[in-house]
Amino acid sequence: MSAHTSTKSVADPKQSRSKQLIVRIADMRAWLFLVLLLVFFETWSRISYGQTFVFAAYNAQSIAIFAVAPLLLALGSTFVIISGGIDLSVGFIMGLSAVVAAHATNMAGVSLSPFPAMLVGIIAGLVISLGPGAVNGWLISKLKVPPFIGTLGMFGVARGVAFLLAGGTTVPVSNSWFAALGNGRFLGIPIIVIIAVLFVLLMHYVLSQTRFGQHTYAIGASEQAALRAGINVGRHTRRLYLLSAFCAGLGGVLYAARFTAGAAQAGEPLLLDSIAAVVIGGASLFGGSGTILGTVAGALVIAVIQYGLVFINVEPFWQFVAVGVVIIISVLVDQTQRKLGGDR
Amino acid sequence: MSVQSSEPVLDVRSVYKRFGGVEALKGVSMALYPGEVVALAGDNGAGKSTLIKTISGVHSPDEGEIRFAGEAVTFETPEAARAHGIETIYQDLALADNLSIGANIFLGREPMKRLFGFLPVIDRGAMATAAKETMARLDFHVSRLDAPVGRFSGGQRQAVAIGRAIYWNARVLIMDEPTAALGVPEQRKVVSLIQNLKTQGRAIIFISHNLQDIFAVADRIVVLRRGSLAGERKIADTNPDEIVKLMVGG
Repeated sequence: MSAHTSTKSVADPKQSRSKQLIVRIADMRAWLFLVLLLVFFETWSRISYGQTFVFAAYNAQSIAIFAVAPLLLALGSTFVIISGGIDLSVGFIMGLSAVVAAHATNMAGVSLSPFPAMLVGIIAGLVISLGPGAVNGWLISKLKVPPFIGTLGMFGVARGVAFLLAGGTTVPVSNSWFAALGNGRFLGIPIIVIIAVLFVLLMHYVLSQTRFGQHTYAIGASEQAALRAGINVGRHTRRLYLLSAFCAGLGGVLYAARFTAGAAQAGEPLLLDSIAAVVIGGASLFGGSGTILGTVAGALVIAVIQYGLVFINVEPFWQFVAVGVVIIISVLVDQTQRKLGGDR
Repeated sequence: MSVQSSEPVLDVRSVYKRFGGVEALKGVSMALYPGEVVALAGDNGAGKSTLIKTISGVHSPDEGEIRFAGEAVTFETPEAARAHGIETIYQDLALADNLSIGANIFLGREPMKRLFGFLPVIDRGAMATAAKETMARLDFHVSRLDAPVGRFSGGQRQAVAIGRAIYWNARVLIMDEPTAALGVPEQRKVVSLIQNLKTQGRAIIFISHNLQDIFAVADRIVVLRRGSLAGERKIADTNPDEIVKLMVGG
């Protein structure tokens, strides 16, 4: 056997070094966007107001709090989108959880002291989110309903049920512990931000270091490949939609704690923001790519745009324009990267 | 060097397979010895696909038996066949293009280790090492073990699919048109891959339309026509014209 006609070949030859560099940079695009935005607002702030934007603790905290809810939805969506699916129901699952958590806390508060009553509320809010998540997973994995349609249906169902349970209004919570959870601080940092950071670390671990995460990427690349490798794709899909719904449930509970009220429409404006965060963060809507840290950057980009434009006194409607432009740029970068990387 | 042992690793005995009224296989028999490459040839609809699917556990035979390493076996699923060491590599290769070679080899069976003594994480180091060793056995040297396989060429991806099979100790490899989608230099690489596997004592069935490839690599040719065995020849004793005649029934 002659070695030169054989498979003795070196993968990724040197001539693609520069391409590799571009691909690396493109991978980091969400963080680049974030830095550019911060530089922009910092410059504007110094010129117009003669004060710092980024290094003011109040601004940093506000942005972090701003980012928590869309980020939580986006964490679950990151998994679903990497697997090649989409979950449109998360916004109203969040609302449903917020309403149920509010009701449950109040009801438990009749007979229990505030702390256990809060726990009942939190658990009720989280558990209720698993219902729509389970139905989503069942529709998609067993009945082969396309994710877009299945979760759009659940969007309507969760929305209706949430408004019905809330009686069409918001449900105020009177529980001192619950209010402290949503508005308190630990070592000067808002508790909901701490919870979000811990949850980010957990999700990053699950996606990047476990079989569950690895199989999510594999399913997104090729369901056939995953099936032939012996992965139970149906079961995995059901778990993905449960996880996505659970993230929305956590978002709903924290919303109810922060505003001491449950509202059915709590997550309504967040659905598109959360998908935008995932896409800006580098995930492809075709599945197969994306990271948790990218999604975190994506969520921060959106929060900085929204908060920053208000800060510099631009009409708030410009934020939609700005976020839209960032999404389009991000998708264009993704496509270019695919061409350069030779993927697909 | 091909080692011919006296006992076949795979022995297909008068297998019949019907789909409704259509008889796809009409009593086909073939044997496969360790270190042997058998080419499966035949026109479209001759029963090649049905035969390999019957061997690999996708279909079960209506009559006849399949013996593996001297034992009669019935594979209910492709997983059962794989557990015995019969691996089928289809044309689409079933690779996850976004994952590394190691991750593809171990897909669904990832090795784990404990970080700081308690946190279970995927052992990427072990996967990369195994990938490197396995690919080296195929004379395929990878510079970047973390690169996704989607960045590799067609022949290299074929090598990855074969590497996955041999890592898990496949004794029989069934390859469906391994050279069909490739350019000429890549076809040569696959042919030399098959020769390499043969020297490792693995038995290979490969389906091909390309007589040039068949004559370059096979020890024997089994020709099917309309579900029956049209003929079986040693490469040394035949020529392309005879094979074409067997295929079309001239």
